[in-house]
Amino acid sequence: MPFKRYVEIGRVALVNYGKDYGRLVVIVDVVDQNRALVDAPNIVRGQMNFKRLSLTDIKIDIPRLPKKKTLIAAMEAADVQNKWENSSWGRKLIVQKRRAALNDFDRFKVMLARIKRGGAIQQELAKLKKQNTS
Amino acid sequence: MYHKRGIWAIKAKHGGVFPRHEPKEAPPKPAEKPPKYYPADDVRHPIPNHRKHKPTKLRASITPGTVLILLAGRFMGKRVVFLKQLPSGLLLVTGPFKINGVPLRRVNQAYVIATSTKVDISAVSAEKFDDKYFTKEKKKKKNKGESEFFETEKEETKALPQEKKDDQKAVDTPLIKAIEAVSDLKAYLGARFSLRAGMKPHELVF
Repeated sequence: MPFKRYVEIGRVALVNYGKDYGRLVVIVDVVDQNRALVDAPNIVRGQMNFKRLSLTDIKIDIPRLPKKKTLIAAMEAADVQNKWENSSWGRKLIVQKRRAALNDFDRFKVMLARIKRGGAIQQELAKLKKQNTS
Repeated sequence: MYHKRGIWAIKAKHGGVFPRHEPKEAPPKPAEKPPKYYPADDVRHPIPNHRKHKPTKLRASITPGTVLILLAGRFMGKRVVFLKQLPSGLLLVTGPFKINGVPLRRVNQAYVIATSTKVDISAVSAEKFDDKYFTKEKKKKKNKGESEFFETEKEETKALPQEKKDDQKAVDTPLIKAIEAVSDLKAYLGARFSLRAGMKPHELVF
């Protein structure tokens, strides 16, 4: 099983611990065996331990230590945000966030919707079963 | 201390004399008669207490029309509509009765979760309700004779007075109209709240 996601300049990663939890950042340089220099449009460039990063499939084309402007331009050109939101990992995170923000009334409405959907599925299933046996 | 307070400067301003006001004219006190009787020992007088309670501070999340979840008591788990805070600090709450069986009732703020769902309560007037409306009526004490002592006391069944039923209806009808205007809200208020598997109360948004 060869590795597919490498730590390289331009690798987009997700922060999984700390103050910037859940933010997408770009690896801009490698400090040493354990740390990378990391940058994103809304944060100050700083070092982060690799243990705090989860590498994604997305990679952008940047020179080492780009200026903030070039970084943002490169992220726009590679369409990082959209690629992330359409990836299955990104979509899962969005759904998790939405579920966590549900109101008590919203949770009730979701329950009603699930029951309705289950009912519709069972009806179709019953129809198909009837067709099969007949 | 004299120098620090600047008394010397004030004196200098007023020609060497510290300024004094004449005492205000006190209203003439009525002539007190000497008491006829002096008690032998000292009489203890209770210290006067002029403290007045303020109603309990209402949580910012509880506003008129908020849906509350009752956490304790006979209606544990029921979702009710908050009407107003009574002068004692308790919250006045109603089911509405036709929807979930909770009548006009007082509830302590501590036993309540405030959800962020609000009902339009502008058509409801809860002005006439206060704590006196909800106090229990005092039972008249019967003189116990010997025979009655051995008989079990028959509980007088107390029927709810018609005016309370009318009050309930008066409050509930405009409320139910407002509730039916929102889809699913009637069923929501009719259902009880419970924790299911995987629900973490400290992570839930209400």
